[in-house]
Amino acid sequence: MKFYLMHLMPYADLDLDYDKEYNSAWITLPNSYYDPKKGAKLYNRYLDELEYADPLGFDGVCVNEHHQNAYGLMPQPGVMAGALARRTKNVKIAILGRALPLLNNPVTVAEEFAMVDNITEGRFIAGFVRGIGAEYHAWSANPANSHERFHEAHDLIIRAWTETGPFAFEGKHYQFEYVNLWPRPYQNPRPPIWIPSQGSSETIDWASHPDRRYTYLQTFTPVAMLAKYMQMYKDKANEHGYEATPDQLGWSVPIYVAETDEQAIAEARPHIENFLNKFLRMPKEMLLPPGYLSLKSMMGVMKAKSSIGQKQTIEAVMEKGMFICGSPATVREKLKEYHSQIGFGHLLSLLQFGTLPAELTRKNMELYAKEVMPYLRDSTVVRSAAE
Amino acid sequence: MAHSEGFETITGCKVRVMRGGAGAPLVFLHGASGAAKWLPFMEELSSRFEVIVPEHPGFGQSDTPEWLDSISDLAFFYHDFIDHLGLGPVHLMGTSLGGWVAAEMAVRSCEMLRSLTLVAPAGIHVPGVKRADMFLMSPEELTEALFHDKAMAANMPQPASEEELMVVLKNRLMTAKLGWSPRFHNPDLKKWLHRVSVPTMILWGDDDRLLPAAYGPAYRDLIPGATLEVIARCGHLPHVEQADLFTRKATAFIEGVAA
Repeated sequence: MKFYLMHLMPYADLDLDYDKEYNSAWITLPNSYYDPKKGAKLYNRYLDELEYADPLGFDGVCVNEHHQNAYGLMPQPGVMAGALARRTKNVKIAILGRALPLLNNPVTVAEEFAMVDNITEGRFIAGFVRGIGAEYHAWSANPANSHERFHEAHDLIIRAWTETGPFAFEGKHYQFEYVNLWPRPYQNPRPPIWIPSQGSSETIDWASHPDRRYTYLQTFTPVAMLAKYMQMYKDKANEHGYEATPDQLGWSVPIYVAETDEQAIAEARPHIENFLNKFLRMPKEMLLPPGYLSLKSMMGVMKAKSSIGQKQTIEAVMEKGMFICGSPATVREKLKEYHSQIGFGHLLSLLQFGTLPAELTRKNMELYAKEVMPYLRDSTVVRSAAE
Repeated sequence: MAHSEGFETITGCKVRVMRGGAGAPLVFLHGASGAAKWLPFMEELSSRFEVIVPEHPGFGQSDTPEWLDSISDLAFFYHDFIDHLGLGPVHLMGTSLGGWVAAEMAVRSCEMLRSLTLVAPAGIHVPGVKRADMFLMSPEELTEALFHDKAMAANMPQPASEEELMVVLKNRLMTAKLGWSPRFHNPDLKKWLHRVSVPTMILWGDDDRLLPAAYGPAYRDLIPGATLEVIARCGHLPHVEQADLFTRKATAFIEGVAA
């Protein structure tokens, strides 16, 4: 198993009473809530944390894209990847991802990713997503065309990376007379591609196709759902006539490790609950604009009793396995158990979340890197050798 | 008077059409919430006209055709619709999104039109006038925003079955596809509204929060000879909220044209 440090870079200095006046930390929350003096300090602190993953022995660091919100301050994640490219030496750098349907020109992403791949001499991992629904409000991208634009932009980027240019591209949404990428990607034929998702059979079917075999990354989901979707990927691969490897399956989850279980819960509680109730806060219409889901899935959402807007607790997310929290022994045991049940090859840990301050983030990273990762590396190596 | 409901296949797309009454043909183009039911104002108008109410492609029980990407597609479709049904020159009436379609039809050709009635039509952008964002509203918030009279808003029926809810979701999806960006307008439309060569009346509720009444004068000034009627104590749906007054004004205008 490989270990990655994921960061969202939240605006941790957010006035948490904002919700007395606004119903979301996204899109409609005025940016007067953002103080550049505090934001500058946070950016540099968060980049320090990602850089620290290198000497701590992580396999990679991950950034992603969100727009117009306090939840994640990386509207342009390529800036972060560029900063990390020169300050890290060993870790992979993953952008998970860019939201392709938002783009008016997908070639910009092909170029940006190829540049990072060159600067890092191939330490780059590319992520492609549709983005969460709020991004369609933020960028005025039409959610009803989300699927079409995702596939067309993806096809264009792959061709730009793998075909000798110049070539012309004539799509429904994108048209180019000349596509001729300078630089070409460093990795041959292209960087690895990961597809983060909160769970979609359509996405799994597409990612697992033999032409792609992309790594499917399940993000922030109850562990029961994780197991279901990972199995779905393996079944799809079997249907396609091949066996999925652990390298094709990843899981992204917030984790907090402290000296004891009690201390871990006490230290993490306010910060994970802020993450859930303050930073993720948005109305259903913002999260799920028309067309983001199929009509059938949308019908399911409308009928289901909505948990959006209900106050969530640390106990509830720990119970569901959406947050792993405890002493090193507890965290080791849980992760080992999930790994042996589910068999993912990439584990992305979100070790800073919500308002978690610098000292606790650092302690969390050190305990995780020293007391959890080596143990799991050994046990999962043994396991795969025994297979 | 009884109205009929049926389906027509036009330009490869099956659409549901309600028809009622006799007289000069009047085609009504509905807004974002569709045309599931024969409404009192339709019944009123059908005492003077043959009222024809299609459900747009992509809405309600009509098919969603592969070719439908934009309001422009709908404008050309409805020219096909009038030709296919052999309606001859029609009185064209459209509201909100449907008013936008009607305006786009009229700039393309007025050959098959006798008059144009635009009811709080979308289609243009007026700088500095703030529109409400229906896509950030819950169903309850949207219903409230549509009406001046809160009591009337509270009495509006909500989807009563899974089937009706599916129609709401389908209408909302196509509304987004057609109107998400640029938001409910076509930047090119205002360049060509001078081509409208039939008598035109624009109606607007004075308390329209979705498309404020300040859009009315802007629209009127772009269409040669157009008149504007602002209806007091009325939201975005004058044909529902002030149905009697609306019908009287529309009938007087259309019959005045015919005379």
